[in-house]
Amino acid sequence: MKKILIFMLFLVPLSCWANNLVKDPLGSVQWDDMYGAFLKGYPAVFDDRVRVIAPSFAEDPMNVPVTVDASELKDIKKIVIFADFNPIPLIARYYPTNAEPVISFRFKIQQASPVRAAVLTGDNIWRVGGVWVNSAGGGCTVASTGRLANDWMDYLGDAYGKRWKKANSSRVRLLINHPMDTGLVPGIPAFFIEHLNFRNSVGDVLAHVELFEPINENPVLSFNFNVKDSSSEIYMTGSDNNGNEFEAEFK
Amino acid sequence: MKKLRIWLTLAALFSCSCMLQAAAFDYELIPKQVADNTYVFVGKSEDFSFENGGNIVNTGFIVTSKGVIVIDTGSSLRYGQQMRAAIATVSNKPINRVYITHHHPDHFLGNLAFKDIPVYALGETIQNINNEGAGFADNLYLMVGDWMRGTDVLAPSKTAKAGKFSIGEHQIELLALSGHTSGDMAVFDHTTGVLFSGDLIFHKRTLTTPHANIDQWLKTLDVLEGLPLKVIVPGHGTVTNNKAPIREMVDYLVWLDATFTKAANDGFSMTDAMRIKLPSKFQSNALLKSEFSRSVTHLFSKYENEVFERVN
Repeated sequence: MKKILIFMLFLVPLSCWANNLVKDPLGSVQWDDMYGAFLKGYPAVFDDRVRVIAPSFAEDPMNVPVTVDASELKDIKKIVIFADFNPIPLIARYYPTNAEPVISFRFKIQQASPVRAAVLTGDNIWRVGGVWVNSAGGGCTVASTGRLANDWMDYLGDAYGKRWKKANSSRVRLLINHPMDTGLVPGIPAFFIEHLNFRNSVGDVLAHVELFEPINENPVLSFNFNVKDSSSEIYMTGSDNNGNEFEAEFK
Repeated sequence: MKKLRIWLTLAALFSCSCMLQAAAFDYELIPKQVADNTYVFVGKSEDFSFENGGNIVNTGFIVTSKGVIVIDTGSSLRYGQQMRAAIATVSNKPINRVYITHHHPDHFLGNLAFKDIPVYALGETIQNINNEGAGFADNLYLMVGDWMRGTDVLAPSKTAKAGKFSIGEHQIELLALSGHTSGDMAVFDHTTGVLFSGDLIFHKRTLTTPHANIDQWLKTLDVLEGLPLKVIVPGHGTVTNNKAPIREMVDYLVWLDATFTKAANDGFSMTDAMRIKLPSKFQSNALLKSEFSRSVTHLFSKYENEVFERVN
């Protein structure tokens, strides 16, 4: 008993120090660790203007659809998206240089977890939003269908999509064939798209996104780019962690 | 300290009484007669939960002079056992055979209670149960808990063939169809005009689409509409004496198809599609919002792929 008490005495100041962080409205025990892993260096606040839209139950744990919408915020440097309880929590980092701070994607969920977006604004504050997604689980430790059929290399990098032109912006939706292996299935190393860059026809950067293992097999992504000249083409370049390079063009 | 003990005792008593309540695990299956010799166990129009124990499905039976025909076995071993007990209160005839309409867990996980009886299903259904049954069972253990105790996947032992046959004084037709899944059997009793549709028909309960093919489903509903039927026993929802449920199914499926086509053409993501405003005419169907959202996950990528073009 005495030993426990002495141990507690050490613990109390430690936990106080860690709890300088704002209290997590989603009540996740992982929040402090998530902050330490992905956000430290700048203070974080929870902000309802960072909207994470996802179904409350993951009907298909291999393909949980999510939209992150921070369009009510200005002066955004980057958006970090993660799921606290995934074995690999980090899902994506989005840099919407010349794009609306809105991105849609699908990801693999391993168990019930908060799904969060942290938006770093020009005042160097992380503004965090999120929702709980419940799940029967298992999305990260199942081999991709391309692995099971063993035909993924026939389609690797094939991209499909469409562009919707509006007055001052263009919506682009995109599917790239890629197994997006997490590395958590025995005998299948991590193999996933790491970077996608979008530019207009004169080479100006529209946006850059970093993807990580939890993104779904054959990723489907949606972006809204600020493109005034609708005749200007949008070019995508990208690469995976094995050095394969990808390109696409949206007319 | 004494006070604490009293509180602890009270707390223990309280939790014991809660456990006792759940420990009965009684689905309260009551056979509802819908035609001569024909009975249905009507489930709740809800999603799986611990509270309903998985009793969300309609199962049934037909009593003939040659024995009882059972249609679907429910969501658990306990459900199947309680079904047999309830059937015995209506007829002392032995159970002649069991038909499983399709491979979804609420329709066949009671099979273990009928392991001494021939259980028939379409070949596709047996294959689907072999492929996906174990995963379904795991998922149900998670959702309804101890109601599932002892439940295990038992694939049907016999392959059913489409066609008519006579048993006792009943002329039964098995229809091999698809649309809700790749193998959907409907059981039609020409003698009474009762159709056991399985999940080809939901009534006042939004249809589910985890393995659905809308085009195929619409063709199948045309076939069912053509039957000389008097009573529809849907897989989920209330029993009717008219064909209205078929027309309501067609209405919703056509709307679902048109809505997903438009959403994909307009550049909607899945989360955008999930937030589409749902027409008031469907609001009287249970679980509309949650089932529509599930259908987006099941079906929307097919519509996206039709809109997307090669970009490299």
